[in-house]
Amino acid sequence: MVRQYETVFIMTPVLSEEQMKEAVSKFQNYLKKNGAEIVYEDHWGLRKMAYPIQKKSTGFYHLIGFKADTQLVKDLEVEMKRDERLIRFLTVALDKHAIAYSEKKRREKEAAKEKETEDEPQKK
Amino acid sequence: MANQQNSEIRYLAPIAVDIKKKKYCRFKKAGIKYIDYKDANFLLKFVNEQGKILPRRITGTSVKYQHKVAKAIKRARHLAIMPYVADLLK
Repeated sequence: MVRQYETVFIMTPVLSEEQMKEAVSKFQNYLKKNGAEIVYEDHWGLRKMAYPIQKKSTGFYHLIGFKADTQLVKDLEVEMKRDERLIRFLTVALDKHAIAYSEKKRREKEAAKEKETEDEPQKK
Repeated sequence: MANQQNSEIRYLAPIAVDIKKKKYCRFKKAGIKYIDYKDANFLLKFVNEQGKILPRRITGTSVKYQHKVAKAIKRARHLAIMPYVADLLK
């Protein structure tokens, strides 16, 4: 059964920019290769955590929203558990309200972005 | 009527009688269907200074949404978006 999921993972802050991107693309490729469709993505960047995990107080947060088969989520979580670069992850299934909410939020974000580029075309 | 005129105690300002303000479920009122676990600022309204989830009796949230609030807070805690324990959170 295909459902929409959303997964957030935290990577260790010791990674360099390239290593971090490499870790992210690894999971993107993993999802794509196994027939999942990535709907949206959001990189929160380095963020302070509310409490230390593995003696680290910051981490790179990354969010991926995807449509996939139920079985794939289990495999993905196993893959994440094995990866030492990740210190925490959470995958949640989205219901219809959650999907509507995330779509609305994305549209708002895009509108804000467009407005920004309109105001300051030199910036980007 | 007669009682009122005869009474000797008079107040300059009307005494504050506890008029119970009816609590309401903010989700039902605002039509919010989904509570985002990523929005820490919003979830902060449903915890006390120690980071504990406030009971329905205080916030007035309906059962349906209290369950969702609790779930969202627990998810946020897992992802270190919100603390499990804290003091002076607010």
